[in-house]
Amino acid sequence: MAEFIDLVLLAMLAIVALRIIFLKDLFAVVMLFSIYSFLSALIFVSLDAVDVAFTEASVGAGISTVLMLVTLVLTGRKEKENTHSSLLPLVVVLVTGAALIYGTLDMPPFGNADNPVHEHVAPRYIEESPKEVGLPNMVTSVLASYRGFDTLGETAVVFAAAIGVLALLGVRRRETEDSEEVKQAKAEADFTAHHVLRVIAKLIIPLVILFALYVQFHGDFGPGGGFQAGVIAAAAFILYALVFGLQLCYEVVSPKFLQIMAALGVLLYASVGVVSMMRGANFLDYNVLASDPIAGQHYGIIIIELGVGITVFAVMLSIFYAFASQVGRPNAK
Amino acid sequence: MNFIIDHYNYWVVVFLMMAGFYIVISANNLVKKIVGLNIFQTSVFMLYITMGKVSEGTAPILVEGVTEYSNPLPHVLILTAIVVGVATTAVGLSLIVRIKRAYGTVEENEFENKDDAI
Repeated sequence: MAEFIDLVLLAMLAIVALRIIFLKDLFAVVMLFSIYSFLSALIFVSLDAVDVAFTEASVGAGISTVLMLVTLVLTGRKEKENTHSSLLPLVVVLVTGAALIYGTLDMPPFGNADNPVHEHVAPRYIEESPKEVGLPNMVTSVLASYRGFDTLGETAVVFAAAIGVLALLGVRRRETEDSEEVKQAKAEADFTAHHVLRVIAKLIIPLVILFALYVQFHGDFGPGGGFQAGVIAAAAFILYALVFGLQLCYEVVSPKFLQIMAALGVLLYASVGVVSMMRGANFLDYNVLASDPIAGQHYGIIIIELGVGITVFAVMLSIFYAFASQVGRPNAK
Repeated sequence: MNFIIDHYNYWVVVFLMMAGFYIVISANNLVKKIVGLNIFQTSVFMLYITMGKVSEGTAPILVEGVTEYSNPLPHVLILTAIVVGVATTAVGLSLIVRIKRAYGTVEENEFENKDDAI
């Protein structure tokens, strides 16, 4: 049964990817991409990768789609005809595909427990992580404790993306730059007259924030963690900005505050490592954070996940502000 | 027949990778290229997660009475990769917005010879 579900989902993915190639309406392309991302999240669940599915659904079908849609508002909805011949790309793709399939012929059978990838390191983590770190979720214990350095780098990458987007676009705050037609269009564009949306949004947004907090702190015991929580919390505020207007959202969560929060999250993460060093151990060695190593691991993991969640939330919302505030800019269209 | 069942996942992943690759190299519109890039990325993630799956295993969260778990290490790697992917997508899309502002178009065949626009 599980194999059958797998088969069907993969076939659906292939159909979606094929359809995206030939569509010229970019809005449909972005929506199909969101469906593609959601289907991959389902496949990840059937392949036992629950944390990955969570992240893929929230990040791919959530944030990526929103950003692409805002970009489409700024750049136009239809793709023009391609004047280049598509023969050379097709040949390149077929040759590469043939080479890759030739490569997969030597791969070990799918799902076999004796595959080389399951030897040495993985069994050691599966056996030892409950004793050394004490968390049920092995992915969190590897991500936050054993490979904590990588996750610090990942948080820094997310922060660097915020810096990049803010440097390229910036958050426009001044309404006086908008001409009269743009102000008119903006007033019609926000959903203030749609009562159903406003009521539902007011009901849903606190629940989404609560869910984000749950995912943040429950990431040790089930799927979840800082990244997913940050993205879900950002999604709540993006919904608020879409329904109630961007200016009102600036007053709730100001861009300046987000920029400070983004930096604070990375600082919090790195300072846990520095505290470990001040107590005489290596950078990001959580065993010395409390009198008992397991308690130290728990403290370390919860604080760094908080740092990650704060940074990801601030970065995702800042990036949305940067894109959304470009709409209506005089020479953007 | 067994061989096909054992390798079906990998072949579909290769097909998805090539579909994304084709969109990246042949699409005219820059936003569609970014969509193709994301399709490529997601299919690569699927390859890694497929390799980490153990047939009789379950999700790598410790539960009473379960001894077989799927490999948690590819999951950790792909978690990082997904987040880095959305970071690069965001920067790529903001570059597209700036290109639109500088050249007036995001269709490749319209701006590829306009290097003196800015």
